[in-house]
Amino acid sequence: MQTNFTPAQLADPEIAVANEILRRCVHCGMCTATCPTFVTLGDELDSPRGRIYLIKDMLESGRDAGAEEALHIDRCLSCLSCVTTCPSGVDYMHLVDHARVHVEKTFNRPLADRLMRAGLAWVLPHPARLRAALLLARPARGLGFLLPGHGMLAKRLRAMLRLAPGAVPRAAPLGRVYQAVGARRARVALLAGCAQQVLAPSINAASIALLNRLGVEVVIPPEAGCCGALVHHMGRHEAALAAARANVAAWMAQVEGEGLDAVLVNTSGCGTVVKDYGFLLRHEDCAAGAAKISSLTQDISEFLMKFYEPVRAAPGLSVAYHAACSLQHGQQVTAQPKTLLRKAGFKVVEPKDAHLCCGSAGTYNLMQPEIASALRRRKLDTLRALGPDVIAAGNIGCLTQLAGDGVPTVHVVELLDWMAGGEKPQALR
Amino acid sequence: MRAMKQLDPKPEVMARRSEIIAGLRRILPERAVIAQAVELKPYETDALTAYRQVPLAVVLPEDEAQVVDVLKFCAAGGVRVIPRGAGTSLCGGALPLADSVVVGLMRMNRILEINYADRYAVVQPGVTNIGITQAVADAGYFYAPDPSSQLACMIGGNVGMNSGGAHCLKYGVTANNLLGLRLVTVAGEVLEIGGAHCDAAGYDWLGLITGSEGQLGILTEVTVRILHAPEGARAMLAGFASNEVAGECVAAIIASGIIPVALEFMDKPAIHACEAFAHAGYPLDAQALLIIEVEGSQDEQADMLGRLREICERFAPVSMRVAQTEAESAAIWKGRKGAFGAVGRISPDYLCMDGVIPTSRLGEVLRRIEEMSAAYDLRVANIFHAGDGNLHPLIMYDANDPASFAKAERFGAEILTLCVEAGGCLTGEHGVGVEKRELMRVQFSESELTQMRAMKDVFDPQWLLNPAKVFPL
Repeated sequence: MQTNFTPAQLADPEIAVANEILRRCVHCGMCTATCPTFVTLGDELDSPRGRIYLIKDMLESGRDAGAEEALHIDRCLSCLSCVTTCPSGVDYMHLVDHARVHVEKTFNRPLADRLMRAGLAWVLPHPARLRAALLLARPARGLGFLLPGHGMLAKRLRAMLRLAPGAVPRAAPLGRVYQAVGARRARVALLAGCAQQVLAPSINAASIALLNRLGVEVVIPPEAGCCGALVHHMGRHEAALAAARANVAAWMAQVEGEGLDAVLVNTSGCGTVVKDYGFLLRHEDCAAGAAKISSLTQDISEFLMKFYEPVRAAPGLSVAYHAACSLQHGQQVTAQPKTLLRKAGFKVVEPKDAHLCCGSAGTYNLMQPEIASALRRRKLDTLRALGPDVIAAGNIGCLTQLAGDGVPTVHVVELLDWMAGGEKPQALR
Repeated sequence: MRAMKQLDPKPEVMARRSEIIAGLRRILPERAVIAQAVELKPYETDALTAYRQVPLAVVLPEDEAQVVDVLKFCAAGGVRVIPRGAGTSLCGGALPLADSVVVGLMRMNRILEINYADRYAVVQPGVTNIGITQAVADAGYFYAPDPSSQLACMIGGNVGMNSGGAHCLKYGVTANNLLGLRLVTVAGEVLEIGGAHCDAAGYDWLGLITGSEGQLGILTEVTVRILHAPEGARAMLAGFASNEVAGECVAAIIASGIIPVALEFMDKPAIHACEAFAHAGYPLDAQALLIIEVEGSQDEQADMLGRLREICERFAPVSMRVAQTEAESAAIWKGRKGAFGAVGRISPDYLCMDGVIPTSRLGEVLRRIEEMSAAYDLRVANIFHAGDGNLHPLIMYDANDPASFAKAERFGAEILTLCVEAGGCLTGEHGVGVEKRELMRVQFSESELTQMRAMKDVFDPQWLLNPAKVFPL
């Protein structure tokens, strides 16, 4: 597609990257068909191709983002279904990331919006703050209907209360090193994450127990924290870089110390960003380390392909596998979780339109409650049509989004751990 | 970009812009009217981005009543109207005019009825082509025409352009798979044409509307034939040493009386671009590749594949391979269907031609295109429905270089003129749109064009519906 950047604009390396991405797009429109927001809203402006065009126009003109650009870019889930579909190989992810930063820097959002975003950025990546917030929200959980108004703020607050869990699990501080059982076959760092450890500490517990049992030593350096994805997707570039830098430093110390065979991520939304640290930090002093970390990073299901062995008899359960977008589109990891679940003895079934997002998408279900709840309903309908015993996914965001509809939801790794001799997941007891 | 000749905007319409927008807001829900400059911009083009024009407004009606209201309102004010589906047209079929209201039908995307006993489906115009097949696939049915953009393109646009596809060699194009339509005329009158039955008595109105490029009315319902899916299908790949030899092989297959379900052609640049996208195992050493698909029972498939092998072997193939699994077949088709987009990997821009020639002239015409490619110094990727003689040479150029685009346009016109001279026609399935508008004189005499224009006059005396398309300005 034609672009109209001046040589001066192209001297900015960020614009140069955007230009290359835009030039790849031939505007064929294939991406529109698999975009959850286009399918839901039926407007070119809420399709990948429409957003690409909006972004192109905004960047070419050099203007500040306005309410319209912010609206349509905010509505993008960053599910990256379009990237899977695109025959031309357009790197939409880095284009929309760039656009989010541009919006964040140049658009003056309404006050309520700013407060909400700042609040989420302050709370979510910090386990202690999130825990406190969830405990505070708990008594108000069923009272969302009392919140008056049809405005976006009221809808967002109601969405928050709906998503707050009924019981907040007890705090489960993590140790530094978890030794392999028997002979050590590998040594990995595990991203402990932020929100996941508060909402469902059982996922990290199952991951560690399973890896240890398979002969893998797990290290969780306390200096590593949130991966930065939450703020990154809000366009808060500096905060995202700071989080990424801290993790790279923490894990590189391990690489250079006792060594690491892999950096494992069991929250695919985070995995997509950690795999992109090399790009994100390419202009930083730690660029080489960041590239090294990205190359070492794997989703836990990728890593388990070589190691996983079940020991229990098949439980005869039908598992509806929900492919998290960050896993299926962001990381193009599609077969591994299903292969592992089958190996573990489960019957694996998949819903129609598996490529469509469930509406979770980081903070999306809080910021865009209407679209998110339409996508949630659609996903749950297709999942329930399979009549499964349990829904399994590889991302805490999806599990939270799909919970509370009568079918238990668990992380894939919890099922794998159970069949490898671990505890039966709480949700199935 | 070269300035394209375009209809002048009507000054009296441009002057009443805000009044027109206010009027549209009165008759439509708030979310259905787009009028901000920033938001209109992405509607300035379709899949032929070389031509662009921001419209006056865009409306996204949700039902037939809203379409009727919009058309009545626009007709009363003399406002031009551009119908739009998924915006996947390769000939600028949805290109707006400055004084036009674009009517996007993407929100009318419901399947209204499926009748397996009588093998038809009634759908709204914004249902995607593949959406119809997906809705009936579990019951063992499919909708046959399959444009390469079938994932995204919408049935309303398919009817407007009389779209084809890889499998039309056996099943025919849109016109052959259509039973009925509901159409709103520019005056806001709802016409019901045909229905869930074969061949209505009297004049063939369906034939007239199909391929009329949104110039006679706006569709609100389409009744299509659905077919029993075959027992099975298998694709075979045959690589050849030159375009010309592959072209001759196609002519030999057709001449033998075998009708494969699909007979597709890719040349070397296309093979490489598509392999990078689909990892289908296309032969990278071949100069030209045929994808030949047969269907039916295992025995029928084996018999046809055997006969096709014999024919291919007469043309010294550099490779031959039959897909062994469904996944292999799917990858082969993923590459072919994504071929145009995949060319985006090797060139920032392309113009996609759509000429048709008699299959017996394939080898010769392909050689002439190669010569032109050298003369114009522009690369060409050839990807097309060889069995139908429907060529899709993709002329690769650089839109950031105006000279390159001007050359590409001239090259394209020369290819299409060659097609007509070879006994073929300008467009097989994409439509005329704006792209081939001026070339209509190569194919038709002035009196033939006058007769066609007279038909448009009957439906749309003010020439408000998609007016600057199809006919030379």
